Amino acid sequence: MTDLPTRSIDLKAVLTASSPTADHSEGMSYLQSVPRRIVTLYLPLTIIVVILLFPFYWMALTSVKPDEQLLDMETYSPFWTWSPTFKHFHKLLFESYYPHWLWNTMYVAVCATVLSIIASVLAAYAIVRLRYKGANLVGGLIFLAYLVPPSILFIPLATVVFQYGLFDSPMALILTYPTILIPFSTWLLMGYFKTIPFELEECALIDGASRWQILIKIVLPLAIPGLISAFIFCFTLCWNEFIYALTFLQSTSNKTVPVAIVNEFVDGDIYRWGSLMAGALAGSLPLVILYAFFVEHYVSAMTGAVKE
Amino acid sequence: MADIAVAPRAKPQLREATAWEQLRHNRNWLGFWFMLPAMGFLIFFLAYPLGLGIWLSFTDTRIGRVGHFIATENYEWLWDDSIFWLSVFNTLLYTFVASALKFAIGLYLALLLNENMPFKAMLRAMVLIPFIVPTVLSALAFWWIFDSQFSIISWSLKHLGLISQNINFLGDTTWARICVIFANIWRGVPFVAITLLAGLQTVSPSLYEAATLDGASSWQRFRYITYPLLTPIIAVVMTFSVLFTFTDFQLIWAMTRGGPVNATHLMATLSYQRAIIAGQLGEGAAISSAMIPFLLAAIMISWFGLQRRKWQQGESND
Repeated sequence: MTDLPTRSIDLKAVLTASSPTADHSEGMSYLQSVPRRIVTLYLPLTIIVVILLFPFYWMALTSVKPDEQLLDMETYSPFWTWSPTFKHFHKLLFESYYPHWLWNTMYVAVCATVLSIIASVLAAYAIVRLRYKGANLVGGLIFLAYLVPPSILFIPLATVVFQYGLFDSPMALILTYPTILIPFSTWLLMGYFKTIPFELEECALIDGASRWQILIKIVLPLAIPGLISAFIFCFTLCWNEFIYALTFLQSTSNKTVPVAIVNEFVDGDIYRWGSLMAGALAGSLPLVILYAFFVEHYVSAMTGAVKE
Repeated sequence: MADIAVAPRAKPQLREATAWEQLRHNRNWLGFWFMLPAMGFLIFFLAYPLGLGIWLSFTDTRIGRVGHFIATENYEWLWDDSIFWLSVFNTLLYTFVASALKFAIGLYLALLLNENMPFKAMLRAMVLIPFIVPTVLSALAFWWIFDSQFSIISWSLKHLGLISQNINFLGDTTWARICVIFANIWRGVPFVAITLLAGLQTVSPSLYEAATLDGASSWQRFRYITYPLLTPIIAVVMTFSVLFTFTDFQLIWAMTRGGPVNATHLMATLSYQRAIIAGQLGEGAAISSAMIPFLLAAIMISWFGLQRRKWQQGESND
């Protein structure tokens, strides 16, 4: 499984090109008339994109609507508001633990990601280039570890976390998230390391470099795009993680954003929707901004994991 | 090792590498140290809990109390538990319907996005947003959209004159199932579409041109060119999709918590409820262990999908 031929998917082109040649010629599309293209291409595409993006529009709109407009759908049009308010965000930032939760999420995500990337770089390098005895088998096992979902691990992990005295501390998440992240990023980095010419390392070996020096000075600088992809994807996964955070954390101030919003904001208050949606929006924005800057790396991480 | 030590009053000879030097250049020894951090994490927090979970399912452990071995009593109990069987049925329904529709819509979207059109890159980037935003947070948006009183869907349908009363989206068993499946499809389609798009781009356009000259219809072009060339990547994508749909937890927990009357309880949510909320760790572990056979089946499919791809590309097992 580790020795699958690497497929020639041009990862960066996924977002821009329509064919591997990417010559920007119109190809066979001249065979289609404009009205036909509207019906077969633009219309369905518009419908799908609108459905995909509508919940975000709705989230954003709800978070700035005044309370009375939220619930009175007859006097005010529900699809727009002329008097946006930042009351809900104000409540979120100054009257709740929200900044705390945001900080917890960030802290856990960064620590867990850095730990897993370090472990994965070492593991991927060893599997691809040291080729120790049994490297292929270990590569296969790591792939299998990727397929073990958190929802069958959280019960025993809860007892483990309790035994180690980590319950209700961020360390519980920082140490358990790498089990989700390491298999994925090892697999991704193995693909990147394979593309680095072996000759470079041979030259360095002849010049007397140790394996450690080769890894730090030759392989890593060449694998930076791969590292960025792995980092961003791991960070997103951490931010997204729910079941471990829900199980291992108890006190309100220790929670991460997804768990806290579901548990703390959902009360009997009929006017909760504004602040709930504001919280959801503020929790998604950091990821969306990160994504906007690194779309290509993100896509390459996503398709890279499948490609291998 | 390259050092040459000249022994006095003897002819020059190579110095024996010390045991330490030999060890330092031994691949297996180096490999062991390089693998140590990753293996440490995976053994202590993945392999060990996996085994522990299966052990727990044979005990009557509760939160705060060490359990005793009770053999298969948990499983026998579950065998007669209609809620458990309902959750199995829900999980299978959820997985099957959501995966099939995700595949169909995802493939269709990938084909649409593969066309030449203005703002292509931006469209493709936008399509992926549902996949990036944390599932729980978008699930909350759906919760609000499917609210029983203030649902925008009910409002729109009422104003279009299609219905006269609000639809109780998350309170009615059938509607609740439809809603969670819809939300799952909504979240999964971008992943399927973008990965299949990556696969589509490896298909040479000259194949389509040749087929068109031979008089192939667009359905034939899809059936005999696109589909066979995409099969390997479809196999992998769908395995992942099935796997993650089957073990889904957060979407359900944020939207319905298994209700109404357990109609949307999946095996994962039921095991959380029994193990953590009710404190019956043993029983919860039995429910989650019952998911393992299904996961193994999905992994086997993935394995054979990968094998087939090797064969299709005409490459030997290197």
